[in-house]
Amino acid sequence: MKKNKLRMKNTIYPSYFVFGALVLYLLFLLVPGVMGFYYSFTDWSSYSTDVHFVGAENFYRIFFDSSRHYTVYIKNTVIFTVVTIILKTVIALLLALLLTSGIKRFANLHRAIIFLPAVLPLLVVGLVFKSILHPSTGILNLFLRTVGLDFLAQRWLVDVDWALFSVIGVDTWKGVGYLMVILIAGLQAIPNDYYEAARIDGANALQALWHITLPLLMPAIMVVTVLNLLYGLKVFDIVWVLTNGGPGYATETVYTAVFKDFSKGYYGIATALSTMLFVIMVSFGYFVIWLMHKEGTDF
Amino acid sequence: MKTKKIKAISANTMAIIVSLIMFIPIYLVVINSLKDQVQASSMGVDLPTALHWGNFLTVIEKGKLGQAFLNSMIYSTFATIIAITLSAMAAFVLSRNRTRANRYIYYLIVMGIALPMNFVTLTKVMQLTHLINTQIGIIILYAATQIPLSVFIIYAFVETIPRELDEAAIIDGCGPFRLFFSIILPLLKPALVTTAILSFLWIWSEFLLPLYYLNKSTYWPMTLAIYNFLDNTSLIGVWFRQIFC
Repeated sequence: MKKNKLRMKNTIYPSYFVFGALVLYLLFLLVPGVMGFYYSFTDWSSYSTDVHFVGAENFYRIFFDSSRHYTVYIKNTVIFTVVTIILKTVIALLLALLLTSGIKRFANLHRAIIFLPAVLPLLVVGLVFKSILHPSTGILNLFLRTVGLDFLAQRWLVDVDWALFSVIGVDTWKGVGYLMVILIAGLQAIPNDYYEAARIDGANALQALWHITLPLLMPAIMVVTVLNLLYGLKVFDIVWVLTNGGPGYATETVYTAVFKDFSKGYYGIATALSTMLFVIMVSFGYFVIWLMHKEGTDF
Repeated sequence: MKTKKIKAISANTMAIIVSLIMFIPIYLVVINSLKDQVQASSMGVDLPTALHWGNFLTVIEKGKLGQAFLNSMIYSTFATIIAITLSAMAAFVLSRNRTRANRYIYYLIVMGIALPMNFVTLTKVMQLTHLINTQIGIIILYAATQIPLSVFIIYAFVETIPRELDEAAIIDGCGPFRLFFSIILPLLKPALVTTAILSFLWIWSEFLLPLYYLNKSTYWPMTLAIYNFLDNTSLIGVWFRQIFC
């Protein structure tokens, strides 16, 4: 009887329905990732057709060869990821609170405008900000000088100390609206009764925020953080368009380094870098699945 | 009462300031695209003295954007259709027939949301499958990138469709294909539209994959064509010239 039911299930829901998606996924996403484990231990390059096993030499170069600056790229990627996560989440949360409970008039208009950058292609954003942040003719510095804040006018994208933070700033400008929308959805899902009960018990606004809003918003904040984390570690476009990794190596990240090594033909070391990222992200991916199953949230 | 008013005013002012910060750069793009070269060189906030619609014609002509637009359209549309169809089929079966193996397959696919692509070894795969530097190749590749998130979204949605429908259809004599395409697929429409929009937008604004795997300029999508048009002196420009000139 049970066997019969099973056979019935397999005829209604045939497993070959899964093959198409599975094959594409395995062939183009998973297999290259796994192949990376082998090639990252080789001297694979465009200069020779032979591929030799060289042990951990690529990883040695990445971590200990200071003439190659790979540790700087990794450091930049980590700084970018951590700072954008904090900045975007905090600003998005403040904006979400402001636009749900702070103001009544034009709240929807503000929401739409703040969300707008999220739909612009990164390429356009990059090109516009390149001219806005231009040290002498850029509108930001012109504005700062007219209002008398000359000391704030920096050489944003060309100064080694400022470039990474300028890129972070632009990325935050673009990304904050999307996160705000997710958080607003989370805020609206919190029933009003809780706040009423808290008010009757004599809680002030700050206490309500700390003891009701934030704990109930945690799932949405988690989703937002994970999305940011996955994006930040893989960041390429915004850096590529704004600074191309420069000045010097000030904004070079892991993915831009992979592309540069790839285009120079150093496949082995590029694979090693990619594989490191692969291992880190698989661990995060495992966490993501766990999280999604726990919360059942969608984005 | 008074403090409440002050609060409301300051909240509104803050919202207006933030909206301005978000809006001004977008305003700048639009306004400066209509100025002549001299006026636009400073990217100022001033209104254009005369509307130069010809700018758009120049860019479209010189940057070969007509072809690029068509390419972008083809890649985004076909990759989205392929990805959504395959994902919906897979998500339907994975969600309905939850054997142990199917559950592992689901987790494996969904993990792809987090996986970074290994572009270097992917080159090898693309060469082996003879898909490198072909338009079909990039379409299939884009479709593959969209599968994990699409399966995830559609899978959750399949659960909301009652199983009784499947049973009724089977009793009425539908095969699995008929059941899926004429009964389930129409009911999945909300989820399909969501995933289709997400995929289309993602593919439309992406430019890393063509950067790696398409080196014929007639195959380039909009993003790459614009980038290359504006920035011929960058590393990528040099790289492409080394290879093709």
